Amino acid sequence: MFVPSITNPIGDFVRDIVPRLAEYLPASIQSDTLNSIVAFLVNALICVIAVCAVNIGSAPILIYMERKVCAHVQCRLGPMRLGWHGTIQTIADVLKMLFKEVYAPSGADKLMFYLAPLIVLIAPFIVCALIPFGRNLVVADVSMGIPLIIAVNGFGVLGILLGGWSSNNKYSLLGALRSGAQMISYEISFAMILLFVVMISGSTNLMSITMGQEGTILDWWIFKIPVLGFIAFILFFISSTAEMNRAPFDIAEAEQELTGGYHTEYNGTPFAMFYLAEYIALVTNSALAVTCFLGGFLPPCIGIAAVDNYLNMVPGVIWFFAKVYFMIWCYMMVRWTFVRPRVDQLMDFEWKFLLPVNLVLLVAGAAYIVVFN
Amino acid sequence: MTLLQYFKRYFKRCITGPWSLMCGLSVSLKYFFSPKRIVTEQYPENRKTLKMHERFRGRLQMIEDEEGNNHCTACGMCERACPNASINVLPTKNIADKKVLGRYVYHFASCTQCGLCVEACPFGAIRMAPEFEVATTDPNTLEMILNKKEGQG
Repeated sequence: MFVPSITNPIGDFVRDIVPRLAEYLPASIQSDTLNSIVAFLVNALICVIAVCAVNIGSAPILIYMERKVCAHVQCRLGPMRLGWHGTIQTIADVLKMLFKEVYAPSGADKLMFYLAPLIVLIAPFIVCALIPFGRNLVVADVSMGIPLIIAVNGFGVLGILLGGWSSNNKYSLLGALRSGAQMISYEISFAMILLFVVMISGSTNLMSITMGQEGTILDWWIFKIPVLGFIAFILFFISSTAEMNRAPFDIAEAEQELTGGYHTEYNGTPFAMFYLAEYIALVTNSALAVTCFLGGFLPPCIGIAAVDNYLNMVPGVIWFFAKVYFMIWCYMMVRWTFVRPRVDQLMDFEWKFLLPVNLVLLVAGAAYIVVFN
Repeated sequence: MTLLQYFKRYFKRCITGPWSLMCGLSVSLKYFFSPKRIVTEQYPENRKTLKMHERFRGRLQMIEDEEGNNHCTACGMCERACPNASINVLPTKNIADKKVLGRYVYHFASCTQCGLCVEACPFGAIRMAPEFEVATTDPNTLEMILNKKEGQG
């Protein structure tokens, strides 16, 4: 009988300990199949809880952070009233959102309308499961990590298109079409940059991509390949911003002209789910950038043994989240600084600038590998 | 436009575009890392220490010295300058049979704090006070007589 199993370090531990605990059971119900099924279920439960904790736990923190960063960029204070410096404000907002009445506009395709927010959430959750948060902290250590991420990211477009189309509102549909066009175009350069990383690291597994950057800070992929790494990082930053539909590429939302784009007709919990998906995508894209360019969970060693010993004492998870939050802060600064391009400028930028530069970068990366290895 | 010009413009933009973006980013970074620039007031909490801006226009006030004397000559320029008739200058005669200010009636309910009366006043007798907590539950208090004493002329 085939029993599925998730390959990850915690899974090894569970698969090891479940048969030993099973020995205490009566001999009549002991069997290898039962053991492996129980091990799979326990492992799956742990993984689901871990992914949900990371994703749903970080969303309120990010919303609070976004409001604070935005406020300080604009010489304001942001939320200050509820709790110390407004720390519980987000929880109050989330509670308000959850207790709102959920209703669909008349003429809306109800099934699609309520399915769309769920579909949008799929992509960030799966990507989060693939990312190594520490030496032994990865939910699914699959060998085809990067292609899976590229494939799964398509769910975001599907959810947005469904949401816009099923709302029975022409502005939602326009917003959804625009954002669909945008996300499909930017997915190309997003995938190209990930392919560049795969090419220089020689692996599609995110764990071995991270381990390939072991050593000092200069061994991270952003610095290891002299100029190309940095260019690739910037291009990844741009295309992932567009991929997440964040300003300056928030054509999908377009608060200024489309009254919210694809989620115009959403309210209450479904709207909160779109919002959640946006912020989880922020975490997963930052985590991806950190894994591919900034050394993942590895500490930023500088080559001096005395300092490196102290840096190595800090667990990898802390380094990982410190880098992720630094990346998120960069995304937020960009969001609250830059002006938004028009739709045609956005498309021009992708097809006339990003894509050619990506292709040149791929060729240059290949040349680098041939010359220096 | 020739192809050469097109490429020249294209590569020029590749340089100038990121440069202007970096200029913008440096400004917002400067604002982000200098909390002293924040202009928001935490109003009910800092009520004791809050200082209103110099040019803030609250309700109308008569400039008086310690004894309550004012500079008003009851010329009525402010009354004429007022776009919504919020001011009534009621003159009276003093002992020397000269026209002086009797009562300066101010209807705060219809006043928009535009400050035209202050600009119109040739003697600098009135100003816009910096008070802003002017809400009241009694509409009768919005009709006020600004001068404490009759005008000196």
